[in-house]
Amino acid sequence: MSAALKLPLSAPLADAPETTLLHLVTCGSVDDGKSTLLGRLLFDSNAVLDDQLTALDRDSKRFGTLGEARDYSLLVDGLSAEREQGITIDIAYRYFSTPRRSFILADAPGHEQYTRNMATGASRADLAIILIDARKGVLPQTRRHSYIVGMLGVRNVVLAVNKMDLVGFAKDTYERIVADYRAAVASLGFTSISAIPICAREGDNVVTRSTRMPWYEGPALLEHLETVPAEPESDTAAGFRFPVQLVSRPNLDFRGYAGTISSGVVYAHQPVIVLPGGGRSRIASIVTADGELASASSGQAVTLTLTDEIDVSRGDVIVPADTALTAASEITARVLWMVEQPLTIGQNLLIKIGAATANVRVASLYHAIDIHSFATRPASSLAMNEIGVAELVFDKKLAAATYAADRELGALVLIDRMTNQTVALGVVEATPASAADAPTETMPAVAVEGPAVAPVTGRNHATDRIPFWASISGRVLSGATLAVLVAGVSGDLMLAAGVGIADMVLCPVLTPLIASAWTVRTGGD
Amino acid sequence: MTGLTRLQRLEAESIYIFREVAATAEYPVLLYSIGKDSGVLLHLAMKAFYPAPLPFPLLHVDTTWKFRAMIEFRDRRAKELGVHLIVHVNEDGLRAGVNPFTSGSRLHTDVMKTEGLKQALDKYKFDAAFGGARRDEEKSRAKERVFSLRSAEHRWDPKNQRPEPWHLYNTRKRPGESFRVFPLSNWTEADVWDYVAQENIPVVPLYFAAPRPVVERDRMLIMRDDDRMMLRRGEAIETKTIRFRTLGCYPLTGAVESDAATLPDIIAEMRGSRTSEREGRAIDHDGTGSMEQKKQEGYF
Repeated sequence: MSAALKLPLSAPLADAPETTLLHLVTCGSVDDGKSTLLGRLLFDSNAVLDDQLTALDRDSKRFGTLGEARDYSLLVDGLSAEREQGITIDIAYRYFSTPRRSFILADAPGHEQYTRNMATGASRADLAIILIDARKGVLPQTRRHSYIVGMLGVRNVVLAVNKMDLVGFAKDTYERIVADYRAAVASLGFTSISAIPICAREGDNVVTRSTRMPWYEGPALLEHLETVPAEPESDTAAGFRFPVQLVSRPNLDFRGYAGTISSGVVYAHQPVIVLPGGGRSRIASIVTADGELASASSGQAVTLTLTDEIDVSRGDVIVPADTALTAASEITARVLWMVEQPLTIGQNLLIKIGAATANVRVASLYHAIDIHSFATRPASSLAMNEIGVAELVFDKKLAAATYAADRELGALVLIDRMTNQTVALGVVEATPASAADAPTETMPAVAVEGPAVAPVTGRNHATDRIPFWASISGRVLSGATLAVLVAGVSGDLMLAAGVGIADMVLCPVLTPLIASAWTVRTGGD
Repeated sequence: MTGLTRLQRLEAESIYIFREVAATAEYPVLLYSIGKDSGVLLHLAMKAFYPAPLPFPLLHVDTTWKFRAMIEFRDRRAKELGVHLIVHVNEDGLRAGVNPFTSGSRLHTDVMKTEGLKQALDKYKFDAAFGGARRDEEKSRAKERVFSLRSAEHRWDPKNQRPEPWHLYNTRKRPGESFRVFPLSNWTEADVWDYVAQENIPVVPLYFAAPRPVVERDRMLIMRDDDRMMLRRGEAIETKTIRFRTLGCYPLTGAVESDAATLPDIIAEMRGSRTSEREGRAIDHDGTGSMEQKKQEGYF
């Protein structure tokens, strides 16, 4: 099954040239016409076939909100419950392609209670389409969607200003919205924001350029999606990273490590180190079913063999011997909490990062983030759909990197050991190694009562960062100081000890209470 | 992942999923239904574990109404690849006389396919079953997870699915619970055929056009594969040049008239087609939301 043998077979398919794949996420609410836009995109790019159209017309009469007219949103609202309620509950994946490109589109629900679904859709996206109703402009939900998209590392955004027909195709309305949006998300780290005025229901600027908005000179949406450069994934300068998924030992003569190269290029004979154990060896061979390779790069699923019998198991990461990556036993992570039962400080969970799983303790919670104002506020817990920055301490060392540097070893989920639910997703903001290096902050955190949006200013949460053990020892110290003071004043040692201990015990209890009172005060904006 | 083609990315993603299951499940099984998607699934599984043999068996839930050419193909492929094939038939259903003609497509599928599958999963205590379903096939499948948790009663709860950010799959389950795992989730029909061509994967000859005996019934062209199919008044067997876009139970699977006799022909025809591949499947048209309902009940 060598590559050379395959060529004659794939050659006759020249009319279907090798296309690239672009992952998209769409963010917006049902009211914005998101499902209509997607239905339109699928319909106009010929991804909807005759029998599906027949079903659509039948469904339009039964569930549609447009009388007898074809309701394109029903093409994408798949579950019965959604069609009955007219809302999009769950994330749905859509597939369409043009001669230039294939698209995998994560259609994410816009409602706040489904923020977790939106984040899931955004996690693998190369590009996000943010939908705005031209009559309403930038809404709190627009800011929320943009924040999540930014948190998950999406750098390309398309701002689709929909329902232009309902504002008379007015250029000034459109331009005001675009300016508002750019100002609102200036701190989120997007490298490109392309705005397009559209009317999804009628198809203006969706696949073909509209004649009703001659003042707009840019491409239609699909044209833009076809030509936007796919963002290169993690850089190769850091060297390859290979999380071991599976140890393959079919017989006594073969011991291989199966996995997918998450970044960089691996070469046969290269000296390597295995994290977190630290064992050293060389790559003996890069095995695939299509033959051995001299090298393999990011994204390829291969099996590596090493020249030495060292201890390697699932969850370990094979990296070049001169790597800067280290194993960490604690990380700072930005997490999105996804279940009803809140996240609390001290909670024990499971973490999955790469192929590794470990027990993890929520050692401290630096702050929660208001995803509408992007402001931070003190927090002692996170409710469902809230985002916060937490210190997570593992029960063993794991190879981890910041999400900004590595989208594989910087991404995590937290799992409840009792219910087995996936309770949070998160991105690594800092590891002990990265904290020692240059600042790696990617997301903004602004002062509680500052302006709505502030520029990125580096690791601004560092100031209010109180590591767990530091806070404990601080408490012991302040309690002891108080005891000494009381003893000095009263001369009663028992009283002094009692006051000191009471301070140590009560203060940690009171602090969260004070913090939550603070939350109530600032949370209502 | 720059530099990889569309098919290379899809292949790597599927291999990753296979390995994740092999690393975390106790008794995985590959549900092999003999069609092109199963063929691709099996091919990817072999690649995922090379040079080791497949670390799980194949399971075919045989309704006893599959095309004869499918059964021949199934047995030949299992032998050629040296894989362990388990064939399960719902004997209770057979004894009760359930069949696609007098029982109707709905009951036949419920009993012989869905019930049969549950019986086999329970009998062998499989805790993870790979299926070849793709999200582009049908609307309710568009919302299916890659790792789909099923209760001990094999039910799917669409409102309580686990989020799957990135590809950090949560593979934990309670005793009795199981996963249905879909490595081809992100593949489209076009991807499957392009990959079949690229990798030279054998497929059942019924996918290629040839003159075959058919009866027109309920606006479908049904190939009379054996004499269990009685002709109704006014029906006649004609020989037409046909092929199948999907393969299932022969009385429930409509053929299309076509001259596409080679892989490039099929791919060209598919790209120009104005109907979806599931158009010929009677089971999808039993009312709106019907697939979603079958899935909740345990249909793949």
